[in-house]
Amino acid sequence: MLDALLVMSGLALFLGAVLGFASIKFKVQENPLVEKIDAILPQTQCGQCGFPGCKPYATAIAKGEADINRCPPGGEDGINKLAELLGVEPKPLNAECGEVKPKSVAIIDEQICIGCTLCIQACPVDAILGAAKQMHTVITAECTGCELCVKPCPVECIHMVPFGESASTWKWKYPVTKISAVG
Amino acid sequence: MRALDTFHGGVHPPQHKDESSTRPIAVAPVPSRLVVPLQQHIGMIAKPLVKAGDRVLKGQMIGQAEGFISVSIHAPTSGHVTAVDMQSIPHPSGLPGMCVSIHPDGRDEWIEHAPIDFRNMDPSALRNYLRDAGVVGLGGAVFPCFIKLNPGPKQKIDMLILNGAECEPWITCDDMLMRERAAEIVRGIEIMRHILQPAEILIGIEDNKPEAIAAMRAACALTDFAIDVVAVPTIYPGGGAKQLTQVLTGKEVPSGGLPTDIGVQSFNVATAYTLHRAVNFGEPVISRIVTITGNVAQPQNFEALIGTPIEELVHLAGGAKGDTNGYILGGPMMGFKLPSPSAPLVKAANCVIASSPELFKPAPRAVPCIRCGRCAEACPVELQPMDLYWFSQAKNFGKAQEYNLFDCIECGCCDYVCPSHIPLVQYFRFSKSEIWAHEKEKRAADLARERHEFLLFRQEREKKEKAEKLAQKTAAAKATPTTEGGTEADAKKAAILAAVERAKAKKADAAPKNMENLPPQAQQQIEEIEVRRAKMKEQLHAQNQQEP
Repeated sequence: MLDALLVMSGLALFLGAVLGFASIKFKVQENPLVEKIDAILPQTQCGQCGFPGCKPYATAIAKGEADINRCPPGGEDGINKLAELLGVEPKPLNAECGEVKPKSVAIIDEQICIGCTLCIQACPVDAILGAAKQMHTVITAECTGCELCVKPCPVECIHMVPFGESASTWKWKYPVTKISAVG
Repeated sequence: MRALDTFHGGVHPPQHKDESSTRPIAVAPVPSRLVVPLQQHIGMIAKPLVKAGDRVLKGQMIGQAEGFISVSIHAPTSGHVTAVDMQSIPHPSGLPGMCVSIHPDGRDEWIEHAPIDFRNMDPSALRNYLRDAGVVGLGGAVFPCFIKLNPGPKQKIDMLILNGAECEPWITCDDMLMRERAAEIVRGIEIMRHILQPAEILIGIEDNKPEAIAAMRAACALTDFAIDVVAVPTIYPGGGAKQLTQVLTGKEVPSGGLPTDIGVQSFNVATAYTLHRAVNFGEPVISRIVTITGNVAQPQNFEALIGTPIEELVHLAGGAKGDTNGYILGGPMMGFKLPSPSAPLVKAANCVIASSPELFKPAPRAVPCIRCGRCAEACPVELQPMDLYWFSQAKNFGKAQEYNLFDCIECGCCDYVCPSHIPLVQYFRFSKSEIWAHEKEKRAADLARERHEFLLFRQEREKKEKAEKLAQKTAAAKATPTTEGGTEADAKKAAILAAVERAKAKKADAAPKNMENLPPQAQQQIEEIEVRRAKMKEQLHAQNQQEP
């Protein structure tokens, strides 16, 4: 009887120690769900969701403070993926946050630019190159199309230009079979 | 006699080779206009070197290779550049591409060109030369040749394979080239041999081309090194690089790997021919041999300048017959419908087939898959097309990738045998391009995340730096000078003190000079005034305190 008690309590103490050690040693620094949600978000960093970037929005979703339908650049596809990850029903995009637009890139009209650096300060990914009273230009490959630079420009020289389809970016279409009468 | 292996599956579509192989290769005249696309190879588009109005000579570089995977583009004849803009190109999308349009002046005037001594040349200089000469694989993939000739220091090439199988129906351009220009192909092989130093050289030709086999054997007999011309069984897609390698060596290229992984490098015979022209004559790639066949009056092979409008070539072949309903670029198995017959001839274009409802019956309506498994039996890479189809039509791309979608060579055998007439390859192409696009998007998102995180870090750092600077300043102002002129703060303080002294001295100088030696009466008056002034000040002060 005593032996059994000793063995059981010894085991409990030992396992408790192991668990305690593991909880310190393998402590998860960040909520892994945030990372997973952040991986689905398009990283446009546009703030249309009402949060200052994709990561804060992901954190809010993980905490249950924000809905999954607040990301226009992610579109329907993004909402579906978030719904699948979180095990909830997909819902239509919240119209308050904006609408789905074709992917575009900011272009600065260099004839009009006065070199005020306001757009540089607004860009969330440092994709605008320039200095005070010098011409500014957008690094197209790094522009996320967030439109945050458009409003601060005092001379309205920034325009969003949608990506056209070219032979190199063209995708094979889903095969469509013509419906015809049988017989 | 070499023991040959076989690959899985394959089909035997009707050959249709005799239509165009009964006439010799004809040299197409210089057309009325040339439109030369700047992207005729896999990789980065060439950078245009000319502008509208420039005069160019035949063989002059008009587009420079940019980036590692790229080659240069050359003017096919002498003339004037009329435009550098977007023009119709032979692409399945029908979208335009950047092209240099040239109006030929009829003089066909060459640039200065001379053969190069490849035997006494630095290998890297030779490869750069080939890049600048625009030499690409002419088997269909148009991969820059100079990269394939540089397998890296670790890779040993045991076997060099020349691909003359030409397995697709209707196409005869390689067949005719081997029949008529075997010796020149062999001279190209000589250059490849010099660069790659393979232990063995094989030429694989399907046994439906006896004349080509005989011609190549005769030409190879004259060389001082051994080349084995091997007749391989005629079965589609026996001309696929991986399939031909398997037939000739019995070794399979690993999934996702390259032939060099098993010590094999292969080139098309036409590539060897252009390599010879580039090295032994100094001529860049400005023409190719193309089969014009199908529903035309006189199907034939033409040696035509790159950039020649395809409709002019069709006209040379006697013109399209009345019931022609379109043109196929490439073979009937892997080719695509040409969006416009005015598109130019490019390096990749080995064949143009005029189609008619009689030659190519419209595909019957696709009906549901019955999972008969015939596609899996026909697949030369041993995939399960019915499963890949299932995942592709459900847009379950992850699963399609798991089932090795990217090993699919899009040969079309599964389409050919499918009793339900499902356009399987179309589904696979759709899946592949969706996956590529998705990966591109993901890379862009990762870059954006990284840059945004760096921006936040940078802003934080700048804030900290500013705060530190401010703290330093206030600390310095508070610190009292312990030694004279020791620290910077002390020096500043001393300077301030000195300035105060100077100001005092100045004030003293500016004091009224007529105040000295005043008579006692005047002195008394002044003192009285001072007392009154003090009194008034006091009163004012008291008033201020009463009503603040």
